[in-house]
Amino acid sequence: MSSVRKTIVSNCEKKFLLKNLSEWTRLDGRAFDEFRNVEIEFGKDWGCCYVSLGKTKVLAQVSCEIQQPENRSRPSEGILNINIELNAIAAPHFESGRQSDLQVQLNRLLEKCLKDSRAVDLESLCIKMNEKVWALRLDINVMNHEGNILDCASIAALAALVHFKKPDVTCDGEEFTIHSYQQRDPIPMVIHHYPVCITYSVFNGGEFILADPTLLEEGVADAFLSVGLNAYKELCGLHLGGKADLSTDVILNTVNKAAVRAVIVVQLIKDAYEEDNKRRQKKEDVGFHKRLETEKKEEPSEGLSLYLDGWTVREKKNKKKKQTKTSNDQSVSVEQL
Amino acid sequence: MSTNKELISKIGLRLDGRRANELRRIRCKLGVFTQPDGSAYLEQGLTKVLAAVYGPHQVRGGRSKAQHDNAIVNCQFSMAVFSTNERKRRPRGDRKSTELSMHLQQALLSVIKTELYPWSQIDVYVEVLHADGGIYPACVNASTLALIDAGIPIKEYVCACTASLANNDTPMLDISHQEEIIGGPTLTVAALPMSGKIVLMEMSQRFHLDHLKKVLEKALKGCRDVKQILDEAVRLHVRDVGSSTGWAGTG
Repeated sequence: MSSVRKTIVSNCEKKFLLKNLSEWTRLDGRAFDEFRNVEIEFGKDWGCCYVSLGKTKVLAQVSCEIQQPENRSRPSEGILNINIELNAIAAPHFESGRQSDLQVQLNRLLEKCLKDSRAVDLESLCIKMNEKVWALRLDINVMNHEGNILDCASIAALAALVHFKKPDVTCDGEEFTIHSYQQRDPIPMVIHHYPVCITYSVFNGGEFILADPTLLEEGVADAFLSVGLNAYKELCGLHLGGKADLSTDVILNTVNKAAVRAVIVVQLIKDAYEEDNKRRQKKEDVGFHKRLETEKKEEPSEGLSLYLDGWTVREKKNKKKKQTKTSNDQSVSVEQL
Repeated sequence: MSTNKELISKIGLRLDGRRANELRRIRCKLGVFTQPDGSAYLEQGLTKVLAAVYGPHQVRGGRSKAQHDNAIVNCQFSMAVFSTNERKRRPRGDRKSTELSMHLQQALLSVIKTELYPWSQIDVYVEVLHADGGIYPACVNASTLALIDAGIPIKEYVCACTASLANNDTPMLDISHQEEIIGGPTLTVAALPMSGKIVLMEMSQRFHLDHLKKVLEKALKGCRDVKQILDEAVRLHVRDVGSSTGWAGTG
């Protein structure tokens, strides 16, 4: 069993899951190629994005600073650093600090999907060739791990990059002035295409292929197939690994289905970005605190509140009975003496 | 990056004179070291790789890692500091090496019969002496040979190969370093050639989904060709070792 994405799964859970799969059902009732709901929210700062895929929650933030470019090979290109953090907050078996195997793998897959496919136009980040370029830093924090961190993180990373705007820079001979966001409107990023990662888990040597695995399904799976696709059906990254042995037809079939899903996800990101833009233009309040206000607190039903009242009254009666009993006992013991 | 070099010229020759579906020359030798239980040296074109296998032996580092029903496979991928154009500062421990170690482990775990050695550990160490494109496939091929030399039972040969697309329509096999830089995306496939199953697949950069089928099939054909070469080398080695000991212990 691949020790990379190992979550501790008991034998009976594993047997239960496999038995259900052989009867063509999934534990959460989804179809084999159905994905969980994606919710995308943007924060107040540019480049801050919070994505939840079912119960898996990931927060991404883009920040920038000026650095010297990597000379020799790319003197006029900016720098993009992607870093994903698996903190102990997300799952009990994550340790903070040391880069675990899973962290390295996720980092590499995201880098392949976003950097190697040249989704972001790095040439537009150049300020002065060979001397100053913008260095973007994309930090991704996993808040809750309920399976399929890679998909959630790729959506969050892409949405954050789409949302981010860099400050305007004017150059006056040798002097460069960076204008704050209030002084001058910041400049949005140039993105050539929108790649997202889509993950499938493989069981029993290709017999069952589940889209968007939950935590339990990940722990039981033999192998994983992660595909990076954009809306034009172009592959931006591909990884199949684990104790797998799949045939080509199965792989091609799955990748074709993933292409359909990629189009939907890219549209979701674009719609969420449009909505956020509209709200900002109307000068409406934006940010994560809106989430707290919109969540309605559920009032308990009438029957329930009556029962609860009844419970407190009865408890008092019990207390009184107890007090009388103990005083009786004491009197008895005194008499005996 | 000179863009005036064509990946495939009009008469069908690549930058190093090969045709589109030709592998580079593979030379290999088993049993190059005396200390490890199994070792192999493999050259694929100019890429040179050494692999050493220790095991199965007792699990190092405490009993907590040991599994009661399987052997654990520990892979370490390392590139010599002189293997690339510029001196490599960190031979191992950086992200790329960790990733390649994990991929190597995934590829080998699918073929080693680990259920025969519970509570044990098998170590595979791979060192790249010269990197000229296709280092991961060379490592997988060398590891297969080293495992065979160590006598560890495996289900099948696991062979790996790279493939790419030239001029947007011709699939090419076994990509060298120059072709990687100039050309387009490279698909790396590790497969079990006889059963046709794919064990590991990896690709970066961008290409259209419609091309995936032919590039994948080309890579699988490449794996089958590699397997033939490795098989011949193994048989030659067995013949040499066997005859030098007078076929002691057999029949």
